[in-house]
Amino acid sequence: MTELKTSAEIGGMGHSVKRKEDPRFIRGRGNYVDDVVRPGMLYMAIVRSPYAHAKIISINSEKALAHPGVAAVITGETLKEYNLHWMPTLMSDTQMVLPIDKVMYQAQEVAAVIATSRYAAADGVELVEVEYEPLEVVIDPFKALEPGAPVLRTDKEGQKDNRIFHWEAGDKAATDQAFKDAEVTITQDIYIPRIHVASIETCGIVAEFDSVEGQLTCWMTSQAPHAHRTVFALVAGHVGLSEEKIRIISPDIGGGFGGKVPIYPGYVIAIAATVVTGSPIKWIENRRENLQADSFARDYHMHAELAADKDGTMKALRIKTIADHGYTDAACNPAKWPAGMFSVMTGSYPFEQAFCEVDGVYTNKPPGGIAYRCSFRVTEAVHAIERLVDMLADEIDMDPAALRFKNFIKPEQFPYKTVTGWEYDSGNYAGALKLAMEMIGYEDLLKEQKEKRERGELMGIGISSFTEVVGAGPSKHFDILGLKMFDSAEIRVHPTGKVIVRLGVKSQGQGHETTFGQIVAEELGIPVKDIKVEEGDTDTAPYGLGTYASRSTPVAGAATALASRKIRDKARKIAAYLLEVNEDDLEWEPGKFFVKGVPDKVKTIQEIAFAAYTNHPQGLEAGLEAVSYYDPPNLTFPFGSYICVVDIDSGTGEVKIRRFVAVDDCGNIINPMIVEGQIHGGLTMGMAPVLMEEISYDEEGNIYGGSFMEYLMPTAMETPNWETGKTTTPSPHHPIGAKGVGESATVGAPPAIVNAIVDALSHLGVRHMEIPITPEKVWRAINGL
Amino acid sequence: MGTQSISIKVNGAEQTGEVEARLLLVHFIREDLGLTGTHIGCDTSHCGACTVILDGKAVKSCTVFAVQAAGKEVQTIEGMTTNGELHPLQEGFMEEHGLQCGFCTPGMIMSSKALLQENSNPTEEEIRIGISGNLCRCTGYVNIVKAVQYAAAKI
Repeated sequence: MTELKTSAEIGGMGHSVKRKEDPRFIRGRGNYVDDVVRPGMLYMAIVRSPYAHAKIISINSEKALAHPGVAAVITGETLKEYNLHWMPTLMSDTQMVLPIDKVMYQAQEVAAVIATSRYAAADGVELVEVEYEPLEVVIDPFKALEPGAPVLRTDKEGQKDNRIFHWEAGDKAATDQAFKDAEVTITQDIYIPRIHVASIETCGIVAEFDSVEGQLTCWMTSQAPHAHRTVFALVAGHVGLSEEKIRIISPDIGGGFGGKVPIYPGYVIAIAATVVTGSPIKWIENRRENLQADSFARDYHMHAELAADKDGTMKALRIKTIADHGYTDAACNPAKWPAGMFSVMTGSYPFEQAFCEVDGVYTNKPPGGIAYRCSFRVTEAVHAIERLVDMLADEIDMDPAALRFKNFIKPEQFPYKTVTGWEYDSGNYAGALKLAMEMIGYEDLLKEQKEKRERGELMGIGISSFTEVVGAGPSKHFDILGLKMFDSAEIRVHPTGKVIVRLGVKSQGQGHETTFGQIVAEELGIPVKDIKVEEGDTDTAPYGLGTYASRSTPVAGAATALASRKIRDKARKIAAYLLEVNEDDLEWEPGKFFVKGVPDKVKTIQEIAFAAYTNHPQGLEAGLEAVSYYDPPNLTFPFGSYICVVDIDSGTGEVKIRRFVAVDDCGNIINPMIVEGQIHGGLTMGMAPVLMEEISYDEEGNIYGGSFMEYLMPTAMETPNWETGKTTTPSPHHPIGAKGVGESATVGAPPAIVNAIVDALSHLGVRHMEIPITPEKVWRAINGL
Repeated sequence: MGTQSISIKVNGAEQTGEVEARLLLVHFIREDLGLTGTHIGCDTSHCGACTVILDGKAVKSCTVFAVQAAGKEVQTIEGMTTNGELHPLQEGFMEEHGLQCGFCTPGMIMSSKALLQENSNPTEEEIRIGISGNLCRCTGYVNIVKAVQYAAAKI
């Protein structure tokens, strides 16, 4: 339990303050990109490729241009005039904005129609005639790596095959030796399919260019507005769009989950279109475009192995991965980490040796490799280790909980350096699992399962004890396109004691307007109702790298606390002046300074704020403001233990999650209500790919899962009543001891559910199941097919 | 393309428009009337972000032509507040933390309203069925169910 240091009225850390953003949302008064209307605004719609790989023979816009309302058709040739037909990806690869001669994946942008209405633009799309000549399609990433496979990226000089990168971590020789010496080894191929974040709001932009001022304003669905501004300036600087003339406004965002980190061609086309036409341009993608062309997540083919002693002592871990990146590497990993933080794969266990290698591969699929509510590939890593641990338990006939207790890194071992180079800040893994077992009644469930099995009923219990890695990140190791992954807060205390806080991150539903206010309330004792939090406008917010990978609280949260402390330091000087004592004679309690031992000689923070503008001491600057750019010394490592109970209908193969207990430890908690909400949502997005969601392609590169007809997202019917619990192990290096929580559950939940399903079927000889575990797969497993 | 004159009562006020027959009700509401609380999240009638109440029944306004609503009554999220007073459902979503990004919220509230009109004391199962045509990607539905229960208890 986080100790409450402030009253409910102040509403600092640990209070379940009601969200400040809710009053507008519950009235339908949010302001999302599609709600933005500008005078004279035109609409853009995109012509997309039906082929996964084809030459473009011709594009004929005549009929489209003749259609009432159509103002322009923009093609690769149009953009080429401005040298804007290519753009860099966030991984320093290259990507077509619009093609000149070739398409590389189905649903790729081919041309854009600009029209006076949404409907006329859609009509225009139907009237653009494109002639294609199909080319050989490469879909299977393993085949893509075979000698003789067609080289897809002929545009890249020196690219002789379809390999994007080869990346390794750990000691290969020592790990191989450990496997040779091992008493027990477990080997499993695990595929984590392509999925899509499918935030309920799709992506979009309203781009407006003022040709007189040379000013570009973009309202866009951006999780990282500052980084996007800089990229636009770097890409379009040569046409006069320099950074001070670009303003990105990220208004209310209808869910992000990583899908609004990349820069999509549609944004760039809309910007080109506003420059070309002189009119504001709105582009809002539809759901099919969103699922078919926007960045995917996962698509990792893992060959995972674990070596252990017969008594269950885990010794070594080895994972070889083929990562299907599609047409280009448009992932959003920090630059030095092409496979993200995958090497955190040793999880909650003190492996002596570990080695991983990842090969990124080009195929004729849409680009991506973004997160899906997780921190840079940690979900794939956790899935592998938590599945292998259960398989080891099965192999040596040990209870999976007992095996975990036997191996966990112990509380006294923190900070713990893993064999692949991470330094875990703090943890109490056994504590979380113990609590989860108590909450769910583990022993009773084992008994129940035994009885049910005798009666022929299928019931399974699955555990996942995961370690997350969030809060990127220390500038020494983390940057995106060279931009260091610090983050920022700027706080101004007004004369009347009210506050505005501006941040370099950007909420997409996480409740920043509330939680960041609570951090300031905690540090300054100013009531949270008096604190306004503003994000997303690059003209006013301090520079930051944005919100994804659970980095807002670890990085911008720290900046907010430190900026508040700078203000408190200055307030102390002012209070000493007003009370005519030395600074050292003053004591702080939330909201006021008083003279030690004389509690009625006191100045409230509000009085001090007023004095800062009306009666400040000579020699001290007037005003009460501070800025902090926080460069974290380390990442934070939230963790948890989840237990899932499933019942399986042996007739239909349907899996029902009967109970799911999630014990999370995210360090000190800012707002328990919001943390619990984040965990509920994360669990649901953890369950989704295990039971329902998948995007796949046939050999011709045709998508399956490209609309909500086939891409099945959980509704209230499939989603269980999640049960949550918590332990609190503060981060020792974070100013407020917090760790971040938004994604833990998405990372931790999948293996708990898979382990439960496999457990339910283990007496039938089932050792592993690939996700999504559909009723058909389960039915086949039950029937030995 | 030809147009038709229509008149729809929206949130109690008569609204007229000259619309193409193909104009979707959701676009009429959002773009012609400027009531942007009703959202669009898909193109296959699955997500329910565009849910409004048409003559007492919840409909997905992306699947109704504006001309089909002519002469009828539509209620949107903007019509849920009476003289500045929140509807118990609006209050419930806030009190129970039944929303995060807020994008699905208006549709969720309208579906829940239609549900409570038909069944003022629904079980958890009935609430889950009642909102199963509305997707939420943020909350995991647990608190949405609680929000509807909060409102049911209050109405």
